This record gives sequence, structure tokens and C-alpha cells, in this order.
Amino acid sequence: MKRWTLFIPFVVFVLLGLLLWRGLYLNPKHVPSALLDKPFPAFTLPTLKTGESKTEATLQNGKVQLVNVWGTWCISCRVEHPFLVELAQKGVAIIGINYKDENDAALKWLDDLGDPYLFSVDDEEGTLSMDLGVTGAPETFIVDQQGMVRHKHQGPITSANWPELKTIIDQLEQSKGEG
Amino acid sequence: MIPEYGHFALILALVLAALQAVIPLVGTATGKVQWMLMARPLSWGQFAFLLISFAALTISFVNDDFSVAYVANNSNSLLPVQYKVSAVWGSHEGSLLLWIVLLGAWTFAVSIFSKRLPTDVLARALAVMGMISVGFMLFTLFTSNPFERVLPNVPTDGADLNPLLQDFGLIVHPPMLYMGYVGFSVAFAFAIAALLSGRLDAAWARWSRPWTTMAWVFLTLGISLGSWWAYYELGWGGWWFWDPVENASFLPWLVGTALIHSLAVTEKRGAFKSWTLLLAIFAFSLSLLGTFLVRSGVLNSVHAFASDPDRGLFILALLIICIGGSLLLYAVKAPNVVAKASFNWISKESFLLLNNVLLVVTCATVLLGTLYPLVADFFYQQKISVGAPFFNQFFVPLMSVLMLFISIGMVARWKQTDLKWVGQQLWPAALVSVVFGFVFPLIYGVEYTWQIVFGVALSSWVISSTMLDVYNKANGKSGFIAGLQKLKPSYYGMVLGHLGVAVTAIGITIVSNYTEENDVRLSPGDVVEASGYRFVFDGVQKVPGPNYIADQGAIRVFDDGEYYTTLFPEKRHYKVAQNMMTEADIDPGLFRDLYVALGEPLEGDAWAVRIHYKPYVRWLWLGSLFMAAGGILAVSDRRYRLKVKQKLTNKAEAAEGATA
Repeated sequence: MKRWTLFIPFVVFVLLGLLLWRGLYLNPKHVPSALLDKPFPAFTLPTLKTGESKTEATLQNGKVQLVNVWGTWCISCRVEHPFLVELAQKGVAIIGINYKDENDAALKWLDDLGDPYLFSVDDEEGTLSMDLGVTGAPETFIVDQQGMVRHKHQGPITSANWPELKTIIDQLEQSKGEG
Repeated sequence: MIPEYGHFALILALVLAALQAVIPLVGTATGKVQWMLMARPLSWGQFAFLLISFAALTISFVNDDFSVAYVANNSNSLLPVQYKVSAVWGSHEGSLLLWIVLLGAWTFAVSIFSKRLPTDVLARALAVMGMISVGFMLFTLFTSNPFERVLPNVPTDGADLNPLLQDFGLIVHPPMLYMGYVGFSVAFAFAIAALLSGRLDAAWARWSRPWTTMAWVFLTLGISLGSWWAYYELGWGGWWFWDPVENASFLPWLVGTALIHSLAVTEKRGAFKSWTLLLAIFAFSLSLLGTFLVRSGVLNSVHAFASDPDRGLFILALLIICIGGSLLLYAVKAPNVVAKASFNWISKESFLLLNNVLLVVTCATVLLGTLYPLVADFFYQQKISVGAPFFNQFFVPLMSVLMLFISIGMVARWKQTDLKWVGQQLWPAALVSVVFGFVFPLIYGVEYTWQIVFGVALSSWVISSTMLDVYNKANGKSGFIAGLQKLKPSYYGMVLGHLGVAVTAIGITIVSNYTEENDVRLSPGDVVEASGYRFVFDGVQKVPGPNYIADQGAIRVFDDGEYYTTLFPEKRHYKVAQNMMTEADIDPGLFRDLYVALGEPLEGDAWAVRIHYKPYVRWLWLGSLFMAAGGILAVSDRRYRLKVKQKLTNKAEAAEGATA
């Protein structure tokens, strides 16, 4: 064994240390979206329940809404789901994107756990989610009255981080009132 | 005053630890025996003050002293007293204090049980442990002081302990896990001592082995307690999620397992010395890395403590000094301890080397998967999460190869082995396991899948060849029973450990493939049939608890039409923390669990209910009990308590080698 090979563990560790140091200043929860302040990407997808076709135009409805990417295979979505149901009961408009999922399982999920969505589109191929730059579920976008993406939230919405999102929504709603 | 006493005791412990880190090393450098001998009493003093400090924090919790910020944030006057005690380690500051107290306990144990060690070795090892202690106490005192007061506006009541943690599993899981993490500091300290002194012989390996094995036992128990807790407390019926923090505990376990095996080679054959040192450093480094990952907020995890970049930076600095320093020391000093033992390519040594390579590769893969989100963020500005499919894809094949070779490594002889002879020893086991693998799904009769055939065959291969090995080794001239009595506890420890691996593997295989999950909507009176059981839903009623209100469902279970039991799953609403918790009710059994959890209330009296039938799920944890028992048995071996002076001849070593 060459003498220098003994230094390999040390060198690898130094690199790891650099990575970890850098990691301290990255926020894993903060995800900037390329779509911020841009129109919601175009799509034409059937809804989960009725199969009726929806497009991005549906979002330009003069209301601030949440667009939530979910799937039955996603454990965090299961955690998030009851809170979404609660929000929907409070009158928050939520639209679902059912991401790479089986229809039967998704319908059963909504049946069993409650359906917080105005409607859910069936993004079986994941094309819309791809356009949205979704990296994992759940992910939620705040879309304004004109169908523009205003905010992206990664991970489940919970009672802990909801106030933050609520503030953004309230501001958007107010700015409409003024303009 | 009590919190101030605790704070002061912690500062005194820090002073003693600093002395413990310096004085013995000065002693070894200058050859002053008196200074070296100071290591032991200093470690006792440190431990005593740490206990006082820990007791002070515990008393503050029990007395509901909400003027202490940590108590106010993690307790509540309504909290049952056992949870007030466990709340001491329920969050960052207190769990760090627990970490340090346990380090003090291990240091104390080393100073008590290692009287036979040469003075300078003990002095160096205790000094190294003192240094680690200093680092973590500084971290606690400067960034995470659990004794900090909120004055003058003392809250009238506390914010309550996270309901997830109000549970028996969480009372015992962290202490066990930390005992394992911190326990690896002993092997680490011995390794550093060996590097410093340049002496590494069979006696060194013999001192390190029981400590390493004990730490591994605690870690094994800690991890499986965590898995068991997740299973019954999180309400999804899952038992392992490849969550970053779970991985953080699994990484040192994998390397620790490799270390145990490589220490065996170092003790018996004097080989792998430099590799063993490296593994000892790795095992503890990964424990530290785990601590960093959990407490710095670098990764997203369900377990992560509240993150704070200052804390992260401090631990990172500790990490770099401790790990970087020791790896540098290793690079400079390792050539001094190079082994001269030679062995043939087909021998027990090679198979154990293969075991080490597989475990380390597995560990590296898991580490990569765990850190990859960070790498992607750093280099590609991408946010991704690495899920179970990645881990399973690598983990399952690597572990399968490992299990295939467990038996061969066990049977093979030191130095040189004839493969044909190994074949003769093992073919009956191979035959039995292949046949059993193919037959098992037929007997069990749910579904015939190759995963089941493969998993069952592999597990029975380990079990049958282990049994065969016991038979072959015991069946000597003096008869089978006498032969069994002759075999050493350390050999039986190994047997139990390997059986444990197989038992866990059976559990994983069957529960992953044959679980029957019914997530259904039930109204009172509705009936579900699953795996021969009939479940009748009797509705949900409100039941008050000490600090929560529960919706308690009642589900009567009938086995073949006869009343069997009633399960009461709960959905608890914790008043102070404003939190919902799912409390599954489980009817456990050796061959199957009936798992019932309440989902969400639906319209009317209907509820979403999860009714799962989980075959062999207990085997997961049963296997780890086997492994832990095996470790304890191995540590109980008499030879670790013999005077180390007597040098075994090569011949005696070889003879003993055949049994371990």
C-alpha cells in the first residue's frame, strides 16, 4: 500500500466537511421556483372524479387558490391531508394535482379521507408536475386571481407553517381589492 | 436555585474533563506515572458532577419550574410524571446533556473495568474521552444551555412535550441509541491511544472488543426500539422509512458491525490492524455525523430538532477537529502498526474482509443517499429527496450477498481453507434452504412470489448452516453434549447474532410481501373480512386522557366466527400542544399482528379506518433481540477478564480461532 493512500480518508472527510459547512447556509425547506411571478404552465388534463377536461384557464378565475400536488404513494401527503380538509372547510380554495398515481387508489383515498379539493386533475404521466418543477410531493403553489404563480411551498402544509402562507394569500387578496 | 446548581455542576464537570484531557497526556509525554494515574479519579469527578447536573434538570422538570426556558418549552403541569422525566431528553438541549452524561458513564466504566490495562494506554484513552467530553460540554454551555431562565416574566404553564414523544418507546429509545453512539467513543479512544503509542497487538484488540460489542448491542436495541415506536405510534404501520435521521443511526451500526468482525481478525490473527483502526475511527465519526445531521437542520427530516446555524457551525467545528484530527493522525501514524500476518485468498480472513467490504459499501451507499439532497442543492441548485426505492435497490442485494457469505465465513478456517471442504460442510444446509424457500409460499399459501422464495431461502440458509456449524463443532470425540458445553460463550454469541440476522430477514421478507392492508370507510356496524378475521366496527366515542381528549374506536374481532378480542384505536387531541396523534391498537402475535388505526372522521358516524394484517412483523425486532443477546453473550466470555499478561502461543490462537 502506498503511503499517500492513508491520507484518502482524511481528504474525503475534508470534502465532506466543506459540503456540510455549505449545507448549513442552505435552507432545505426553501425552494425558489423558476415559475415565480409567471403564469401557471399550460395544461389540459381530465379531472379525477368526472374525467371532465380542465385547462390552465380554470385558474384565472379572480380568486387566490392553492394548487396542491399529491399522491397516495406519498406518506407526507397522508400527514398533510387532514389539514387540507380543515382548510377546505374554512373556505380555502384548493385544487389538486394527482401526481403519478393510480386512479382507483386516488379515488379511494378521497373517499376515505375526505376530499378537500374543488377538483383534482389526473397528472398520471407527470407532465404538468414536470412543467411545474415538482421534485417531490407534497408541494403547493399559491396561484393568484390572474392565474400567476406567486409562491411555492415544499413539504406538507401544517398548522405550524400555515400562518406564513396565509399572510401571502391575504396580501394577494388585498392587492386585488386595491387594484 | 436548583437549575443554577445544575449549571454550576456542568461547568465544574467541564473543568474536570479539561484536566482529564490534558494531565494524563502530559504524563505520558514526560513519563510521569502520577500524572497518568490522575486520569481515573478525574473521570470519576467528572461523572459525579454530570450526574448532579442531570439530576438538577430532572428535578426542575418534576417540580414544573417553568422559569427554566427548556422546561417551559417541553413540559406542562398536566403531563404525567414519567413523561416529565423523559421530557428531560425530549428536545435538543436536554438530549445533549444526556449524551454527555452517557459519555461520562462510559468513561467511568472504562476507568473501572480496565484496571488491567497498561497505565499509559488507559491514560491516553481516558484523555481522548475527556477531549470529546470537553467539546460537547462547551457546545452545551455556549449554544444550548438547558438551565437558561426566562425571567422576570415566568410563564404560568409550559408548552407541553411533543405528543409524539409522550410514549414508553420514546422514554427508552434515545438513551439506548445514545448509549450506542457514545459507546463507540471507547473503541475510538482506544484506537487513538494505539495510534499515539504506536502499539497495537492482540491484547489491544482484546480490550477493544467487549466495549465495541456492548456499544453495538445498545445501538442495535436503540434502532429497533425506534423502528418499533414508529410502527405503533405513527399510525401508518410502517417500520422503517429511510429517513435521514434513521439513516444517521444506521450508519454507525453498519460500520460497527464491520468493526466487530475486523476486531475478531485483529485479535485472533493480528491482521487488518490498520483497517480496524480506521473502522474504529469511522464508527464514532459516523455517530458524530449523525449528531450533526440531526441538530444542524442541514437535512429535512421528521425527527430534526429546531435548527440554528450557530449550533450547526459549532458541531461542525467539533466534527472537523475530532474526525479530521483523528484521520490525519491515522494517515501519519498508521504505518507504525502495520500487520505482518499473511493469509491465503480462500480463508476465514478473506471472507471476513468481504463482510467488511460489503458492510462499508452499504454504509457508503446509505450515506450517499442521505447526503445526496445536500450535494444536489450544492452543485445543481436542485431540491430533491431520496426515497426508499433508492435505498432498497442497493440495500437488498448487498445484504443478500452478505447473508450468503455469513455461513461460509463462519465455517471457513483461518489462514487457509479448502473450498471443497467448505462445500462438504455446507451442502445439506444449501439443499434444505433451497427446498424450504420453494415450499414455504405453498404452505403459507397467499401468493407465490420470487421475493418470498429468495428471502426465505436465504434466511433458512443462514439458520440451517449456523445450526450445522454448531453440530459439526460440538460433535467431537467426547460426544455431542460434552462438545456443546465446550464451545465458548463468544462462539454462542456469534451463533445468536447470525440467527438474529436471519430472523430479522424473515420478518422483513414476509411483512413486506404478505401484509394485507385495508384502508376502509366504516360506519358503526360495518364489517370487514381480512385474512380469516372478521372486524366489526362499533363506532367511536370521546374518552378523556390526562392532557388530551381521544376519539376512541371500538372494533370487535372474530376469528373463524368466534369472538376473539376488541381493539381500541384512538385519535388523540392534545389540548396544550394543539396536536392530533394517532394511537394504533395492535393485537400482537409471533406470526401476525392485527393492526388497527383510526384515520379521519368522515360524514355522519363514519370513519376512515386502517385495518392491517401484518404477518411476521414481530420477527423484525425479535431478530434484533437475538443479535443483542448474542453480543451480551460474547462479552461475557471469560477470556476478556483473564489477565492479559499471558501471551498465547500461535498454536493456541489457531485452536481457539476455529471456534470464533
